[in-house]
Amino acid sequence: MSAYDIVRIARSGSRPTGSDYVKSIFSPFVELHGDRRYADDAAIFAGIGMLDGMAVTAIAIDKGHDTEERTKRHFGAPEPEGYRKALRLMKEAAKFHRPIVTFVDTSGAYCGIDAEERGQGEAIAENLWEMMDLDTPILAILIGEGGSGGAIALAASDRVWMLENSVYSVISPEGCASILWKDAGKAAEAAEGLKLTAHDALSLGIAEEIISEDGLGGKAFYNRLGEKIKAELDALCCESELLQKRYDRFRSFGRKYTEKR
Amino acid sequence: MPRLKFLFKPQNELEKRGRKAAPLYGEPEKTCPNCHRTLTVKTLEETYGVCSCGYHFRMGAKERLDFIADKDSFYELFGDIRSTDPLSFPGYQEKLRKAESVSGGKEAVLTGTCTIKGEKCALFIMDSLFMMGSMGAATGEKITRLFEYATGNNLPVVGFTVSGGARMQEGMLSLMQMAATSGAVKRHSNKGLFYLTVLTDPTTGGVTASFAMEGDIIIAEPGATIGFAGARVVEQTTRQPLPKGFQTAESMLDHGFVDAIVSRDEEKEMIRLLLAMHRREENERI
Repeated sequence: MSAYDIVRIARSGSRPTGSDYVKSIFSPFVELHGDRRYADDAAIFAGIGMLDGMAVTAIAIDKGHDTEERTKRHFGAPEPEGYRKALRLMKEAAKFHRPIVTFVDTSGAYCGIDAEERGQGEAIAENLWEMMDLDTPILAILIGEGGSGGAIALAASDRVWMLENSVYSVISPEGCASILWKDAGKAAEAAEGLKLTAHDALSLGIAEEIISEDGLGGKAFYNRLGEKIKAELDALCCESELLQKRYDRFRSFGRKYTEKR
Repeated sequence: MPRLKFLFKPQNELEKRGRKAAPLYGEPEKTCPNCHRTLTVKTLEETYGVCSCGYHFRMGAKERLDFIADKDSFYELFGDIRSTDPLSFPGYQEKLRKAESVSGGKEAVLTGTCTIKGEKCALFIMDSLFMMGSMGAATGEKITRLFEYATGNNLPVVGFTVSGGARMQEGMLSLMQMAATSGAVKRHSNKGLFYLTVLTDPTTGGVTASFAMEGDIIIAEPGATIGFAGARVVEQTTRQPLPKGFQTAESMLDHGFVDAIVSRDEEKEMIRLLLAMHRREENERI
């Protein structure tokens, strides 16, 4: 399968969305709304849920299933208010020493005049700035598309897991091809060059685990994933120097992939 | 406050009409894209690349350094850190070599320490001549190290940003630099140290969405393009005409995302003043 085939699978409308994961893995779950600044962005589905006796803050980007829902959630492209809602809830989680799980699935942060004017860049920057210093375990799971700044804004975490057919990229293959070669038709080549698959992420050290998609969206799939999340959070909760390790995690790429000359 | 009066068209629209990029300070080109006045290179040198209409020409990192740092005060740090081609991305090696020869630098950012009108600080200056200031692993590494150095040595950081965003050719590794740099800025901040960002034309993408917007104080040059998504992408996606002055320093000021717009002739004094006001030991010479 080519990298671009995987991109197409990652984008497929038939995959479970972020809220499907949250509702299936956490029970009971209480959805919480709003950024306490301006609005509630439906692209972010978030709240607090129970996982095998453990309270967890779950934050998911949701693309929506049908036309109506997709419009409401604007296809899983969060606006600044979405990132601010996520940050508000993550800080609340840290206050109560509750671990955080994020489910990332976005083509990128919402691209619009209003979003720019309300500080899309600032909202993402603020999330990264705070997440790098948030004293509670954070696990990010890429379940479909991991589109650029809009994705890492919820993935500055202690662990990054990727579903087998998810992708993580600095730019869409189409965007990359049209900028570099003035030809969006060369997206397949760009996808290859960008090294955006879960296996690439694993070998670069950007992701720690690849999650098998066997039975994707079924009860057994969610049970298996839920157990795995619980075990990881249990381990992360007793980890010492969590913040130093998180810092080193992101710090390592610059060391590893540069040279001195 | 020196707001750039957009005389003809907002800059983004100028670019759309086939203009590749705003002409650079120091280049032989002499027509101001804002007022269409013809300027001699000598005039531009005298005004540090500012037209009488207020338009600020872009400045390369080296010119910027000469302009901002006290003479002979700059001590370069981490100057040997270079990009590799970790993904073996088609054409990247050639692009890097070309960027090196065009900019005369080794990376898209210059890092070190200097004094600005006598105030000591750690300084980074991004370079539009090096792949449009795009952020790859080496760019992020240099900025991260500068913040670590400043944190260790109790120095404020002054940073000039100019960037087209994260560097595509390094894929996810570029993206990771957004978190790495943010982490380093946060630690610097936690130690009670001052970080001033100066947004210059253009500051966009992953740089806007990380360390550019994380300053204690954020100032911008008049007319600078500042945004996250590219203006053309926004226009194509929304199919709406962009408002006048969209994604300019002036618009960012109106929406509350920059503290002040400072023209180049006042920049150095403003930076000195802000550094002095944030100095930790008392000093009457402010």
